[in-house]
Amino acid sequence: MSSETLSTRPVPVLPAIVTLAWRELVRFCRQRTRVFGALGQPIIFWLMFSQGFQSVDLGYAFQFPGILAMILLFTAIFTTISIIEDRNEGFLQGVLVSPVPRWAMVLGKIVGGAVIAWLQAMIFLLLGWLTIAEIHPSITSVLAAMLLMMVMAIALTGLGFYLAWRTDSSQGYHAMMSVLLFPMWLLSGSFFPATSDSLIRYLVMVNPLTYGVAGLRHYLAPEATIEGGWLPSLGLCWAISLAFAVAMIVASTRVVETRTKGDLK
Amino acid sequence: MSDTPALAIRDVRYAYGEHEAVRGVSFDVAIGEVFALLGPNGSGKTTLFRLISTLVPLQAGDIRVLGASVRDQATAVRGQLGVVFQAPSVDKKLTVLENMVHHGRLYGVPSSQLKQKARSMVERLGLGEKLGATVETLSGGQRRRVELAQAMLHDPRMLVLDEPATGLDPGARSDLWRYFTGLADEGVTIVLTTHLLEEAERADRIGIMHRGELAALDTPAALQASLGGDTLILRTTDGESLAAAIRDQFHLSPTIVDGTVRLEQPNGHELVPRLIESLGSQIDAVTLGRPTLEDVFIARTGHQFFQDSED
Repeated sequence: MSSETLSTRPVPVLPAIVTLAWRELVRFCRQRTRVFGALGQPIIFWLMFSQGFQSVDLGYAFQFPGILAMILLFTAIFTTISIIEDRNEGFLQGVLVSPVPRWAMVLGKIVGGAVIAWLQAMIFLLLGWLTIAEIHPSITSVLAAMLLMMVMAIALTGLGFYLAWRTDSSQGYHAMMSVLLFPMWLLSGSFFPATSDSLIRYLVMVNPLTYGVAGLRHYLAPEATIEGGWLPSLGLCWAISLAFAVAMIVASTRVVETRTKGDLK
Repeated sequence: MSDTPALAIRDVRYAYGEHEAVRGVSFDVAIGEVFALLGPNGSGKTTLFRLISTLVPLQAGDIRVLGASVRDQATAVRGQLGVVFQAPSVDKKLTVLENMVHHGRLYGVPSSQLKQKARSMVERLGLGEKLGATVETLSGGQRRRVELAQAMLHDPRMLVLDEPATGLDPGARSDLWRYFTGLADEGVTIVLTTHLLEEAERADRIGIMHRGELAALDTPAALQASLGGDTLILRTTDGESLAAAIRDQFHLSPTIVDGTVRLEQPNGHELVPRLIESLGSQIDAVTLGRPTLEDVFIARTGHQFFQDSED
């Protein structure tokens, strides 16, 4: 048998991506506490912030886009922790020695995580739409916001994947979350409005998540802004969110070519 | 056509940083052979497994699976391999069938055949009634069988397994070996690592690994026969002086391993009374036996099998 005749049937990539993404969804639904935590936390935050900020006239509608971004960010992060679990439990090794190309594995993981995050944001979107009078977008705005949220979900899951791949323990990942991802959300214009020429304002401007939140504000709560507050144009919001998503997919595809000590357990 | 070995390993070396785990190993495994890589922990066998399974990239040397190099034809190699890791790679939260289907998609098994194949493979391993059970509800032995069923799902031509019998009771271990023999009869090549001597004895051929090198390579019977006859183990308080006395009076060449004096002799039973007669006062106990693989390991490496941990 010569090596030429060994060239095996190529593995169809799409079913492999779908099966990896589907597994994420099944695992998520079978872990009830994850479902509960992922939906419960944003509702609690929303109630707290909106009530707390009512004294300065920033109510539910103002907080709404930021809370959507929070759902996307945190669900994306929690689903990508599964990379570390997969590695420790041995599942990832099995995928790594299969003939599926690495980039397909990355896409499967990212799509799976992004869909989970997006679905939760959709439930929350419906909740806000039904309960808050100031949130009354047109159907086209809602559809555009849904699409934008998918782009954001992919970008954030990609970011989570990139960070999780390089981390050997879920404790390490939690540390990363506290110092990088949580501030990223706080500085996305969802929480502190970027008003004056301050360090915060510059940090908000370089944060790619800012443009996702701003886009959602355009679509869902355009009136709930602050006087003198900075809101980038819709075109810029889309351009940066798309670029963010593409950059994170590329970064994740690159990072899987590197090995970590965890593969050698 | 059939002269291409299933596995060809040529001067493979691998280092983790400063530590060289595999130091120039070469051997072939024929198609349909059951081959065991035997060695204690830290002997380099698991590193070799990772290299063959394409989990880690090759640093030096060459590994060919059915003629394809793991270096530049990794995808072709992966399609031909069924891999069973020491740590289970099945998803505990999924059912047996879901795991199988998932695995089949990763290996490009056509969807039209996938469920049927998954069922028959699981049934062949005696888990037919567990198809719908989540893996976390199964016992260790059952999980190992799911792993095997999964690894064989895409009809690989070679199965590589890292310590497959770990955590299995003797009955399950026997079943596992019956399954291996059946597969080998169908032309599937099986390469496994083990640190269990009694397990390696059941393989067609054994490669004994020691400190990253291949210390011996042959059939179990030939390895045991190579020691010639019987193995005599003499327990004593002063191994050095007993060995010196044996050298002087009997003109034999004993070895001292971990305080005991060992002799490989064609007619060991005849030697025992003579040894006791002349050196009885120095000998606490005598053990006479056919050489085991452990004796082969000791003879080839000068080390006790279970003592040789990572250094």
